[in-house]
Amino acid sequence: MSRASVKVNDLSWMTGGPQGSGVDSSANIFAGACVLGGLWTFGLREYYSSIKGPHSYFEVRVNGDKIRSHVNNVDVLATFDAETLIRHAEEVALGGGILYDPTFANVEIDKIDSIETPVVLRIKSRLTKQGLPGTVSGILEEAKRRGVNLFSIPYNDIIAKTAAQIGEHQLSKLSRIVNVLSVSASFGILGFDENYLNRSIERAFASKKKVVDMNEIGAKLAYDAAKSQLKQPFPFQLHPIQNQPRLLLMGVEAVALGKLVGGCRVQTYYPITPAADESEFLESHGNFDISGGNNPSQKGSILVTQTEDEIAAITMATGAALTGARAATSTSGPGFSLMVEGLGWAGMNEVPLVITHYQRGGPATGQPTRHEQGDLKFVLSAAHGEFPRIVLCSGDMEESFYDAIRIFNYAERFQMPGIHLIDKGLANNSMTISPPKGDLVPIQRGKLIQGDHQGNGDEEPYRRFAFTEDGVSPRAVLGMPSYRFWNTGDEHDEMGHIEEDPDNRVKMMTKRMTKLDTAAREISEEEKVNFFRSSKKQADVTIVSWGSTKGPILDAMKLLERDGIGVEFLQIRLVSPFPTETVKQKLAGAKLLVDIEQNYSGQMAAVIAEKTMIDVKNKIVKFNGRPMSQDEIYQSVKQVLSNPAQNKRVVLTLGA
Amino acid sequence: MALKLTDLKTDVHNDWCPGCGDFGIEASLKMALTEMPVDINKVALFSGIGCSSKLVHFTNAFGIHTLHGRVLGYAQGAKLANPDLEVIAVGGDGDGLGIGVGHFVHAGRRNIDMAYIIHDNGVYGLTKGQASPTLHLGMQTKSLPEPNINSNINPIMLALASGFTFIARSYAYNTRHLKEMIKKAVAHKGFALIDALQPCPTYNDINTKEWYGGEDRVDPATKRPMPRTYDLEGTGYNGTITADMSQDEVDKNLVQVIEKSREWGDKIPIGIFYQNETVPIYEERISERIPSYMREPPARQQLAKNDGKSVVNLANLSKELLFESLVLAQ
Ligand SMILES: Cc1ncc(C[n+]2csc(CCOP(=O)(O)OP(=O)(O)O)c2C)c(N)n1
Ligand code: SF4
Ligand SMILES: [Mg+2]
Repeated sequence: MSRASVKVNDLSWMTGGPQGSGVDSSANIFAGACVLGGLWTFGLREYYSSIKGPHSYFEVRVNGDKIRSHVNNVDVLATFDAETLIRHAEEVALGGGILYDPTFANVEIDKIDSIETPVVLRIKSRLTKQGLPGTVSGILEEAKRRGVNLFSIPYNDIIAKTAAQIGEHQLSKLSRIVNVLSVSASFGILGFDENYLNRSIERAFASKKKVVDMNEIGAKLAYDAAKSQLKQPFPFQLHPIQNQPRLLLMGVEAVALGKLVGGCRVQTYYPITPAADESEFLESHGNFDISGGNNPSQKGSILVTQTEDEIAAITMATGAALTGARAATSTSGPGFSLMVEGLGWAGMNEVPLVITHYQRGGPATGQPTRHEQGDLKFVLSAAHGEFPRIVLCSGDMEESFYDAIRIFNYAERFQMPGIHLIDKGLANNSMTISPPKGDLVPIQRGKLIQGDHQGNGDEEPYRRFAFTEDGVSPRAVLGMPSYRFWNTGDEHDEMGHIEEDPDNRVKMMTKRMTKLDTAAREISEEEKVNFFRSSKKQADVTIVSWGSTKGPILDAMKLLERDGIGVEFLQIRLVSPFPTETVKQKLAGAKLLVDIEQNYSGQMAAVIAEKTMIDVKNKIVKFNGRPMSQDEIYQSVKQVLSNPAQNKRVVLTLGA
Repeated sequence: MALKLTDLKTDVHNDWCPGCGDFGIEASLKMALTEMPVDINKVALFSGIGCSSKLVHFTNAFGIHTLHGRVLGYAQGAKLANPDLEVIAVGGDGDGLGIGVGHFVHAGRRNIDMAYIIHDNGVYGLTKGQASPTLHLGMQTKSLPEPNINSNINPIMLALASGFTFIARSYAYNTRHLKEMIKKAVAHKGFALIDALQPCPTYNDINTKEWYGGEDRVDPATKRPMPRTYDLEGTGYNGTITADMSQDEVDKNLVQVIEKSREWGDKIPIGIFYQNETVPIYEERISERIPSYMREPPARQQLAKNDGKSVVNLANLSKELLFESLVLAQ
């Protein structure tokens, strides 16, 4: 540990433990303290599809500048159970630190049932090769030999002392503070003022004075216990900096906030991971403050309804949309599969219904809590027949927020279902961002008939599906006098009555499909794609991708640029209607094209080929359920660059 | 101006088979609409898929013809977003009790203030006469290659078990009765079901108009047919639950509904089997969480100011996620 190599405000910290033991809350308290100290964070949350018991972990990366992804290495591993130590110790880099509970030293690795046999065998053979015992102390010794610093945190003693200080005799009542103790001990070695942690604890347990007290007392003891073991400054340090107020949030919260700002007033859902958190956030913010508007109460509200299944969810939301309310449903793969007939009905009847689709590992239940971008082609073609739809993919928290507003605008302006495509990585990861602007994206309702609805004034009966130049007809809603209309899933005439006449069919199909051209024309270029380029003039490589890979790609671009590699990155956001000309133009002169996607086959590359006839020959894909890290992209892009012909398809595999 | 029957006509060609019971249901509904104190501009008819579900195109009111089995999803969604609407759902027995039976059950749990008419013809009319869920075990209607292999659903009993708060049965060709049932169902505060027995002369050659009319059973004394349906009203039967009833009385009443619902064959009761307005409707349950719901429901909230900017105060909404950096004295 030489002073020279101290890294300030560039840290990757990990905690873990049995699901339900407070892993999430400790990671949030850790990140909260960092943000209160003006730092930026990115949090990676990984958990099993079960409620109590199995191992989950949360990696928080902290930096003095904005960061958008996780990294491969862990610098500080804060454990309070044996399993986290056993599973993750090898990820801790040279010079990093491990905090552990000394009472676990003799725990044998193969005695922990929840670790899968292949993992146990792999770790044991690694230890045996080094002549080490198959126990926690073997793991610790291995880490020490590698140059990792070990910090023994006597959690039980600290809890006992805390209990004595607050006069609580039942130690079990305090056992839950152990995760906060590990956070505090981490700050002890990182040299980060404990007051930030105390403020973060106070926020987390706002109304529970007693809980705050015991956490703060324990935290102080843990902080000192860790700090006292330092013989010289720890090679990783966190220093507070002056910063603007920031939001610390998850993707589901960004979407939910966007929906509320964007005017969503009905949300239906059937519980599914990782979508349900969004609906729960909405339900717990069912009444909110507004200014302006016609509500005498100066309160807005959203009706969140849990339905009996996803078919009910999509049909109810569609029924709500027919009344003029902005309505949405949120789901994930299995639920969307059930919704497709309803999607087609909304397409046929030109209903501005919004579906927020959170991709996770498929097919079937697949990997319910794991990350994948495997549904792109599915949402593009779901439901029988041909009808127009908007598909908009967000790449990060800010986009998730703004796109949640835009998707309603598009759905209403072009009168078609709008699918907002998100993924598990984005949904569950947390990030520090600048507060988005509530008025950046105005609300646009297209040809919705407004006003007091006292009649349309002329003798002609209202035609809901009147033929128009741009394919979009003036839209009345249920309950408007003299704007009577009919809807049917059958082909229909302008009134909305069933009509099987072949000429009418041609006209109606054309009308509906024309709206896609209208949308392509009217949606601004900035909303269709993002194009990033590093400062070097000529790009050595042009990356094309979509969705939450945006974060690690942007972070990896900085590393590539540092190595003198010029990079361009085309992030495709609007996939239907597809920005064919823009994509062609951006990819045309590329020296080397690389498609990066979190799926097996490279679905976006296939869509690009279909739409532009451009063949993206090199792909970097990942489909093990764990998001890509900045380092994986950095390394794999270099690998492709080193020999494109030999590296047509690089499969990334990291992640626990 | 009072609504006339002719106001409810559309130009759409009616393609139901001659003699179809659906005509009786359509006529009863239209008569009910003209006699009820409702604003026709607020009436929204929803239907599923089947012969019966075409009804909405023949009626001059907002008409939403949806998917097979999903009428209740669309109808409930519209009603919740705009509780001012007078929502009436119609559909076939296959629609509501076959493919859509899950929604039927859960609609009972919600108890939204709307009405639902099932055209109960024992067959899947539009797909050419397969057995519907209300056809009894062993029955072989005209187009069945073999007798029905399944037992039937009893819509009255299922509705009771699901929490419907108004359960009635009527008969398509007793339009006066059906019209009264529809008026009562619409006036009822809560989710109301009418099981409308509907002859399908094309595919159901068992439960025909003649069969319901008892033309095979002539009273020897009067030489007149003895109809199989009889009105519960006037029999002393009372299926109303009131707030002052003891638990015991309520239980007795429920048992009586089940007993009545099992009568079939030569004696088929029509009328109100059950009515319970003591159960809070869904709209009231929502209002407990969202006090402004009835005054400012989703469909009536203004979303943006004149310049298009959202009315929502994002700063207040995201307060719990906002972190002010506080650089402390070291
Ligand atoms: C998902 C789906 N499956 C099957 C069908 C075919 N289908 C159309 S109508 C119908 C049955 C109609 O029977 P019922 O609901 O009793 O109405 P009826 O025609 O008797 O009035 C079926 C199965 C469909 N439209 N949709
Ligand atoms: S098939 Fe039966 S239900 Fe359908 S229209 Fe004809 S008679 Fe009526
Ligand atoms: Mg039927």
